[in-house]
Amino acid sequence: MKRFFPIFGAITSALLAFALYEALIAAPTEQTMGNVQRIFYYHVPSAWTAFLLFSLNFMASVQYLVRRNRSSDRLANWIVIALGVITCIVAFVVKLPDGIEPSSVASTGIAAVGIYFLIRKYFAGDKLDAFAVSTAEVGVVFCTVVLVTGPLWARPVWGIWWTWDIRLTTTFVLWLIYVSYLLLRRFSNGSQTAVIASALAIFGALDVPLVYFSIWFFPTQHPQPVIGDGGSIDPRMLRVLLLNWVAFLCFALLLCWARYRLEVLRREVDETLALESLLDPRSSR
Amino acid sequence: MSLFRSITATSLAKDVRLEWRSKDAINSMLFFALLVVVVFSFSFDPNAEESRQIAGGLVWVAVLFAAVVALNQTWTRELRNHVLDAYRVSPAPANSLFLSKALGNFIFVCVLEALMTPLFILFYNLRALGPGWQLIPIAVLGTWAIVVNGTFFAALSVRTRAREIMLPLLLFPISIPALLGMVEGTTAILSGQYSARFWIALLIAYDVVFTIASLFLFETVLHAE
Repeated sequence: MKRFFPIFGAITSALLAFALYEALIAAPTEQTMGNVQRIFYYHVPSAWTAFLLFSLNFMASVQYLVRRNRSSDRLANWIVIALGVITCIVAFVVKLPDGIEPSSVASTGIAAVGIYFLIRKYFAGDKLDAFAVSTAEVGVVFCTVVLVTGPLWARPVWGIWWTWDIRLTTTFVLWLIYVSYLLLRRFSNGSQTAVIASALAIFGALDVPLVYFSIWFFPTQHPQPVIGDGGSIDPRMLRVLLLNWVAFLCFALLLCWARYRLEVLRREVDETLALESLLDPRSSR
Repeated sequence: MSLFRSITATSLAKDVRLEWRSKDAINSMLFFALLVVVVFSFSFDPNAEESRQIAGGLVWVAVLFAAVVALNQTWTRELRNHVLDAYRVSPAPANSLFLSKALGNFIFVCVLEALMTPLFILFYNLRALGPGWQLIPIAVLGTWAIVVNGTFFAALSVRTRAREIMLPLLLFPISIPALLGMVEGTTAILSGQYSARFWIALLIAYDVVFTIASLFLFETVLHAE
C-alpha cells in the first residue's frame, strides 16, 4: 500500500496540471463575466470536496462514539441502513424541488451508506480518530479555498465582496465550527481528545441544517446550481468542471492519506516514548 | 424515574444554594452586562427608531457574553476537592447531573435578564411596536438554547488546557442559528415590521435538537478517559 503512494502522487499531479490547462486555456470563455468565471472551476470542486470531507469526518466521529460498545454499534448500523432505504423511498415518492433528480438523491443515499460501512471495515479505534483528524484538517483547507475564491469572484461580478446569503453563511459557519473543532483538539490532552472532539463534530453536523434554515428567508444572490436538469451549462464547461473535481478529489485524498500516515506515526512515537520511560525512568529526560 | 428527579432536584438545590450564598456568578454577570450596555451606549448614540433596530442585537450579545461567565464556573467549581471525580464514580445517572446544571444556569441567566431588561429600556429608550408578550417566549427559548449548549460545551472545555478561553470558542459558532433567532425575533417585535413567528419556531427546533443531543452524549463525555 505504501509503495502506491508516490504513484498516486504522480497521477494526481498530472491530473491537476491537465485540469489547470483545461480550466485556464481550453475551456470556453463565459459570455457575460469573461475570464473571471474561470474561478468557478476551482470554487465549486473545492466546495464539493470540503463538504465530502466534513461528512467523512462526521461519519468517523459517529462511529468512534457508537463503537465503544457492541449494542450501540449494531443499532447504529441498522439506523444507517434504514436511513439509506428511507432516502431511496423518499426520493421517488415525495415531489422534489425542480432540478433535483430522484435517482441522484437515491444514489447519494446509497453511496453514503456504502462509505459508512467502508470506513467501518478499514478503520477502528485509534485509527478511526486519526482518520477524523486528517479529514477535518484537509476539509478546513478546502473550505478556506472556497471562502477565498468566492469573494474574489463576487467583487467584480456582484460589486461586493461578501453578503449574508444562505450558501455563503452556511459554508462560513461550517468553517467556524471545524476551526473550533481543530482548536479543541489542539488544546485537549491525552485520551479524552477523541471522545470530546467526536461529540463536538456531531453537534456541528446537527447545527448545519439549522443554520441553513435560519437564513432561508434572507435574499439570495448566489447563482443557482447550473448542473442537472434545469442547468444551462455548456457541455464543454461541464466536462472541465468534472475533470477539475476529479483532480481535486485525488488531491484531497492524497493529502488525507499523508496526514493520516503522519498522525498514525506520531501516535506510535508517543506510545514508544511513553513505554520507554516506563521501562527505564533514567533514559527519559 | 423518581430517583432521577430527586437527584436532579437535590443537585439543583445545591447549586442554587451555593450561588445564593456566594453570589459569585450573578454579581460578575450583572456587572459585566452592565459594562457592555454602557460601552455600547457610548459607542452608538441612537435615536428611538435606530435603537429599535439595533437593541435586539445589543441585548443578546450582552447576555451571551455574560452567560459565558456563569457557564465557565459550572464545572470548574466541581474540580475543587475532586467533586467531578466523585460524580463520575457515583451510580447517579449522568443526565440528572447535566439537567440540574443546565437548569441552574438557566435560572441564573433568567435572573440576569430580568434585572437587565429595565436598564436596557432606560438607556435605549425602547418601546415595542409589535406584540410585546412574544418577547417572553423568545427570551425563555433563547436562554435555554444558550444554556443547554453552554453547559455541554463547558463540560468539554473543562477537559482542555485553556478552559476559560475554550468555552466561547466552542459555543459561539454552534449557537449562531439560536443567536440569529433571538436577535431577529426581538428586532421583529421591537420594530413591529414583520412577524416573529418563524424565529420562535426556529428557536424551538434548535432547543429540541440540542437538548436531545446533549442528553444523548453527556454521559459519554463525562466518562471520557
